[in-house]
Amino acid sequence: MADEALFQFLHSEIIQYVNSAETGESENGRCVSKLENMGFRVGQGLIERFTKDTPRFKDELDVMKFICKDFWTSVFKKQIDNLRTNHQGIYVLQDNKFRLLTQLSAGKQYLEHAPKFLAFTCGLVRGALSNLGVKSIVTAEVSVMPACKFQVMIQKI
Amino acid sequence: MSRQSNRATDSKKMNSELFTLTYGALVTQLCKDYENDEEVNKQLDKMGYNIGVRLIEDFLARSSVGRCHDFRETADVIAKVAFKMYLGITPSVTNWSPAGDEFSLILESNPLVDFVELPDNHSNLVYSNLLCGVLRGALEMVQMAVDVRFAQDTLRGDNVTEIRMKFIKRIEENMPAGDE
Repeated sequence: MADEALFQFLHSEIIQYVNSAETGESENGRCVSKLENMGFRVGQGLIERFTKDTPRFKDELDVMKFICKDFWTSVFKKQIDNLRTNHQGIYVLQDNKFRLLTQLSAGKQYLEHAPKFLAFTCGLVRGALSNLGVKSIVTAEVSVMPACKFQVMIQKI
Repeated sequence: MSRQSNRATDSKKMNSELFTLTYGALVTQLCKDYENDEEVNKQLDKMGYNIGVRLIEDFLARSSVGRCHDFRETADVIAKVAFKMYLGITPSVTNWSPAGDEFSLILESNPLVDFVELPDNHSNLVYSNLLCGVLRGALEMVQMAVDVRFAQDTLRGDNVTEIRMKFIKRIEENMPAGDE
């Protein structure tokens, strides 16, 4: 079974690669897009195998709780610390100690790079939801590292 | 019931799959970005190298393995400790050269290639080339210059995956230029 550290190293290296491959003004945006798309594919594949034998979800909230508990634990070894919703299709998932950010120094210095470290995971969540039949837009923001919030906006088809 | 243990094993499995799937996404992206397989191979090796130079610290911190006295010991540590720790497999060490400076790691299974099939137009792709870079980078940090390459690859039709490692030379520790 591949070690967690391996994934973290690979994730960092992928960000480095995408970063150096994109040069120019819109570099940050394209970077983030590429990473998000990669995460999307991985999320789809992961959730497919993970929920093979899981019974159907009752509703949208059930799906989100699954993401916050089971999915997050499997991928990041901990649950989402706080889930909030306006019951109208917007969910905010708060992780107070996001594992992929702990490598970057805690504090404000590397805040500008943080989006790149969140992009893959946004895609992961969007991909997972997609294969559970939920179309969404996922964004993330960091205020104080290593805490971050993922915002999921459900898209009604 | 066994629900509890199912979750735990599922958890471990998913972690492995996270790495495998992410690696697959990376290779796919590289194939899009580069025109030919050789370029992709080179990029994978380079990325592996970057990972290797950092991975070695993680390895040394977690494994409490002491300094290796010769290349044979190094081979054993790589196969029995490192591969086991990071990929959960234990390749066998075989095919030593008479001079003792070259050996093979035979992997019965390769976690990187679960669910993977190479399409026909990528016959020169060394899919798992990241591993070569990782080994090279890691060993360089412990003063060993090695050459690592895939001799056999299940993705390309061979029965097993074989990584060939050759000791090139010992790297002298560079003392930083100081006020001497």
